[in-house]
Amino acid sequence: MSDSLFRAWVYLAATPLVGLTATLLAYQFGYAVFLRANRNPLANPVLIAIVLLAAVLGVSGTSYERYFEGAQFVHFLLGPATVALAVPLYRNFQTIRRTAFAVCAAILVGSLVAIVTAIGTAWLLGASRQTLLSLAPKSVTTPVAMGISEQIGGLPSLTAALVILTGIIGATFATLLLNAAGIKDWRARGLSVGIAAHGIGTARAFRSTKSQAPLQAWAWA
Amino acid sequence: MLRVLTLLLLCQLAGEIAARAAGLPLPGPVIGMVLMFGWLAYQGGVDADTGKVAGALLEHLSLLFVPAGVGVVLHLDVIAAEWPAILAALFVSTFAAILAAAATMRWLAPSDGDSAK
Repeated sequence: MSDSLFRAWVYLAATPLVGLTATLLAYQFGYAVFLRANRNPLANPVLIAIVLLAAVLGVSGTSYERYFEGAQFVHFLLGPATVALAVPLYRNFQTIRRTAFAVCAAILVGSLVAIVTAIGTAWLLGASRQTLLSLAPKSVTTPVAMGISEQIGGLPSLTAALVILTGIIGATFATLLLNAAGIKDWRARGLSVGIAAHGIGTARAFRSTKSQAPLQAWAWA
Repeated sequence: MLRVLTLLLLCQLAGEIAARAAGLPLPGPVIGMVLMFGWLAYQGGVDADTGKVAGALLEHLSLLFVPAGVGVVLHLDVIAAEWPAILAALFVSTFAAILAAAATMRWLAPSDGDSAK
């Protein structure tokens, strides 16, 4: 490697610029694929971006910690974005107030079913105790799930990954599943995806029906 | 725009402090969301500026999950060893939860005129 190229590499390896740029590029690539596939839920942009970035990290021998030095700026925006969910929530408050009891009951039932079926299935298939404990809290939002996982003896970052995968599965298949089950009520659809699939499902529904989002925000919280 | 961003961060900051000080099992941003909701209720509406900034942040919400998602690379060994059980658990529980919640909602919610979305 020539001297100037080497110096450029040393510079790039030391700044968060690469991780940040790579994240934005990978997501936009994933989104372009998603559009080209006629918005087929299987071509989930988040899934494509994650696989692409994981492959790049593996090939280039970059650690996740080094990548996260750049990606943390994107990750950080999750906080203000969560707070900003108050806006669509407020705009649709009337609907939620009229159905508050049903919303609470659905959140409770959905979360319990998610926990019991996740642990039950993994246990039947012989998963390790650590994996079971990492699966248990995946039906709450990522930061809470990580905290609970740590308390009960799971792996917090595995839990984080499982929450994301749950979100991708929910976002990918919810439309097919709810259509197959003949559930058309948009409130039931939005809320159920929010409970089971958290932010990714919510983010996807934002693109399809604006008014589903507040219900999902409630479930997500 | 600057005013709205500051407001969002203030809500989050207050939420983080409240969560830690009171030992609440809730993430700070979620408490921040409740505070922001309270502020909008106090204002009696969403002004154009707030709507614009919130819209911009939420338009690309799914991008914000990518960095955490790449964290799967830390657990490739566990996933390699137990992927059938993990995958089955994720699919079964996600499907069951979506159907259970949707059924509960449809059963309990008062019927709504504009369900034909």
